[in-house]
This record gives sequence, structure tokens and C-alpha cells, in this order.
Amino acid sequence: MSERELILAFESSCDETSVAVVENGVTILSNIIATQINSHKRFGGVVPEVASRHHVEQITDCINLALAEAKVSYADLTAVAVTYGPGLVGSLLIGVTAAKTVAYAHHLPLIPVNHMAGHIYAARFVKPLVYPLLALMVSGGHTELVMVTAPGEFAIIGETRDDAAGEAYDKIGRVLGITYPAGKEVDRLAHLGQDTFHFPRAMDGEANLDFSFSGLKSAFINTVHHADQIGETLDRNDLAASFQAAVVDVLVDKTMQALREHPVSQLVIAGGVAANQGLREAMTAALATQFPAVDVVIPPVRLTGDNAAMIGAAAHIELAKQHFADETLNAVPNLNFARA
Amino acid sequence: MKILALDTSNQAMSVAVMVDGQVLAEMTLNRKKTHSEQLLPTIDHLLQLSALTPEALDRVVVADGPGSYTGLRIAVTTAKTLADTLQLELVGISSLATLAAGALRTKDIIVPLMDARRQNVFAGMYQWLDGALINVAADRHVALEQLLAELALLKQPVTFIGGDVAKFRDAIKARLGAQAHFVDAVSALPQAGRLALLGQQAAPVPPATFVPRYLRLTEAETNWLKTHDDKGHAPYVEKV
Ligand SMILES: [Zn+2]
Repeated sequence: MSERELILAFESSCDETSVAVVENGVTILSNIIATQINSHKRFGGVVPEVASRHHVEQITDCINLALAEAKVSYADLTAVAVTYGPGLVGSLLIGVTAAKTVAYAHHLPLIPVNHMAGHIYAARFVKPLVYPLLALMVSGGHTELVMVTAPGEFAIIGETRDDAAGEAYDKIGRVLGITYPAGKEVDRLAHLGQDTFHFPRAMDGEANLDFSFSGLKSAFINTVHHADQIGETLDRNDLAASFQAAVVDVLVDKTMQALREHPVSQLVIAGGVAANQGLREAMTAALATQFPAVDVVIPPVRLTGDNAAMIGAAAHIELAKQHFADETLNAVPNLNFARA
Repeated sequence: MKILALDTSNQAMSVAVMVDGQVLAEMTLNRKKTHSEQLLPTIDHLLQLSALTPEALDRVVVADGPGSYTGLRIAVTTAKTLADTLQLELVGISSLATLAAGALRTKDIIVPLMDARRQNVFAGMYQWLDGALINVAADRHVALEQLLAELALLKQPVTFIGGDVAKFRDAIKARLGAQAHFVDAVSALPQAGRLALLGQQAAPVPPATFVPRYLRLTEAETNWLKTHDDKGHAPYVEKV
């Protein structure tokens, strides 16, 4: 038995098949990511049945690549970890089934991991985490403010009541004729334009820490449709800048509000939207003036999107707590942290 | 040869362990419970009852379609991962052939059948010849009405088999009359022991590229192809 703690981690909750080997919860030995974006682009969004089919095609190939790149064999492994929710049930099931099978075949403990915990623990690859910490989790499926009170202890203190921020990006991207996924291109256009439309900042200034993006999305779509009807052409850069400013304003304001109510020394920005330049800039600027002592941790782009290394990092915490699953482990598509 | 055989292509789940042509253990469950929760515990249970460990196996035989898409993926993912991770041989056998193998002692054309919704079925045609089950018409997704019309033209006795046959029994009788024969409820379930028999001679396939035989494109792809050319869009999945 090796001294090293080596976790073989699986992630397949949406449209990325990923397998990683993580050492001692902090070192990525391999992080194979097979992305299906090119496939789902055909349909303007992720089609669950297509995603599930791709996961089956990819899964064993990803396992072998992950082990080979990490230069480890099954005999070296300490445990197997897998995302069991939240996510698309058909997608989750491929990772869960494969991980269970590997764990069973090699008599290894199986660690079930919450996908959101994975996103937050991606920050552990940047630097050690200091508890309690606040995490802003923004992705295509989620927009949440999460307090991490101790290792592996999560509580939601604010969440979206309708669309996720990333989802709103994809929907308004479609109106602008941007192919899925739209986040990166909207972010680029936003930097070329000005906030001239002043879209509503929903729930901003309210006492709670919740979000709402469906009103913003509707306001955006109505503005564009109205202009179309009267034959007016709107500036795409200004539209993108105005949309992004509204999203970012709310995300930043609510995060500052959360920091006032829950004093912490570290803020983690997690999830795919953490790659957004506009959000990174605005958050850094707001912290500098309002909370200069708070240390903001934003994982590199490769680790903010879905990947298995982050699942390995979260699994390291669960392994210390001996939180294991048996062979009956099933996918839990609507898994979530408890509300504080 | 030590074989593990598994079928979760429809509501019933069947798992068997066969050593040198003898079934040591077989279990078929026909409750509506998720295959994800019950497949691996059943495999573990049957291997233990057979005094075997997974690494002692030589071959995994899996019913690889057609069937319920999610169901197929559970058994296929389990089979391909197990074969890959322990370097066992992997064999995929039609889940319709698995059903057909349950219709014994008949010279009839055997038509295994699964409901594919909207009056469509997954079906194939099989026949026993010198003790071997022969596929006489490929498995496919077909309108029930068309299948029955083709069978009527054959003017030969036909035995229907499969858990979904009962749903179509009246329609089949109305179209084929005395030409149609049916099996009892026990034979209508897949039996992994028969799957193991079918799979013991077949040539193994590489696990990495092994996927279910869905026999149908997804609805999204079908619609997309109506207005697009598939060429130039691949690869759909890329390692980044
Ligand atoms: Zn995610």
C-alpha cells in the first residue's frame, strides 16, 4: 500500500465526461475531460439523451487515459469518487455506474460527491481553504451563495428563484444569434459595448440573498423584439454590455451583502460563469473597496467548468470523514445542499 | 470459461454466472425497481454464491440492445467497465436474441418484440437450426402494422415472445389468426443463462468503443438531420 492518497474521480453530470487522479486532495495527476459541446451545438443546448449516449462512448477511454497520464495503476488507488448529483439523470448514471463497477472490481471504497461541492473545492487547487468561507456558485444550472462552515459542511444562504445566471446567458445569446454555449462570446461583446439599456436588477437591494434572472431575460428579449418590429437595429455590443452589467451588478451586490451578514476571510467564486471576465473584474473591484481583507479565490478556467479533478478534491474531504456509498448508489438528479 | 451475463434492457433484470457451460447461479427480477440500484449488488451476490470473485471471470456477456435506452446503458456501462478494468473478454448479444432463445422446442419463426411506443416495436426474426439460434431478419425499429404485414406474407407459423407481447396480443391475433403462437409468462422474460449460452462462442469486442445498439437515432438528431448534413460536424466529442 502506497503512502500517497490517490483518488480516481468521475464526473458526468452534464455534457462533459471526465476522469481524474488526485493526490492527497491537492495535486492533480491527471484530469481528462471529453467535452460534447460540438455535439450539442447542433441543437442549441444540451440534449439529455444525446449526452447520455456520448458518456457511454467515452467512459472507459477516459478512465484509461486518466490512469496512464497519472502513471498509476489500480493497485495504487486509495478510493474511487463520483458525482451522484445534481445533474441530468441519464448522464449522472454513466459515471455512477462506471465508478461503482471500478470500485467493486478492485475492492476500493466508493465516495459519493455532490457536484456543487466539487465546484467549490476546485478552489483548493489554488490555495488552502480557510473556514468559514463564502462561495458564489454560478453556472449554467446554478446560482447560489453557499456558506462553507467547515470542511465538507455546506449551507445555502441565497439562490436563484428561477433561471441560473449561465442559463440566462445562453437564452439571450440565442436572441443575439450566438451559438450555444453563449457565455464567452457575450462576455467578449460586453467588453466592446456600454450599458445603455439599463435592464432591471431584479431583487437587488432586497433583504434576502436570493437571485432572479428570468425578468432580466424577458426584458432583454422584449427590447430586441420591439426593435425588430419597428425596423430598428440595436447595437449588439451595447445589448451584451447592458445584459452583463445587470447580471454582474446583482451577483456582486448580493455577494457583498452576504459578506456583511456572514463575516469570512475567504470568498470562492465557483462554477462555469466564474470564467466570465466581467464578473471577475467587478468582483475584484468591489472587494478592494468594501472588503479589502477578504481573499478572493477564483480557480483557473479549466477547473471552473465541469471536471473530475474538482470531484477528487471534494472526495478527499469525504474520505477523511469515511463517507462511503455501497453498490446500490444511484444518481440523485436534484441533490442540493440544505438551506441555512 | 467463467462467464458473467447480464441483461437490463427492459423492466426485467437478469444476471447469470456460467462456468464451462453450466449455470451456477441465475437471478431474474421483474419488479419495477431501478437497475442502477440492483444490478451490481445482484452481480456481487451471484458471484459470491458461485464462490467466484470478479477478477476470476473470463468473459462478460451483455444484452446490448435494443431496449429501454437508460436500461441498456446500465448493463452496457457495467459490462464494458468491468471488462476493461479487469481485462476480461467482452461480448454483446442482441437483447432480442436473448428473448428469442427462451422459445424452445419450436420450428416456428420466433419474433421477439419490445414496445417502442406509438404503435412501433423493436423486433427481429429468429429460428432454431440444428440447435443453434439463427437470426433470419435483422433486429429493427418498425411499425407493428408493417411487421405483421410482412409476417402474414411469409405464411409460416410465428411464435411471439417478450414481456410486451401481451399488450399487442389482440392486434397480432386480428392480423395473423392461427398463424400466431404465444409463449407463457415465464418464457417471456429474458434469462441471462440463455444469454451466457449465446455469448460463449461469440468473438469478443474491444470495451473502449462498445456502445448499446439503440437501433434508433435520438429525436433531436433525426430532426437536425432533416435540415443539415452530418458531414463536417464531427468529432462531436473532443478531449480538451
Ligand atoms: Zn457544474
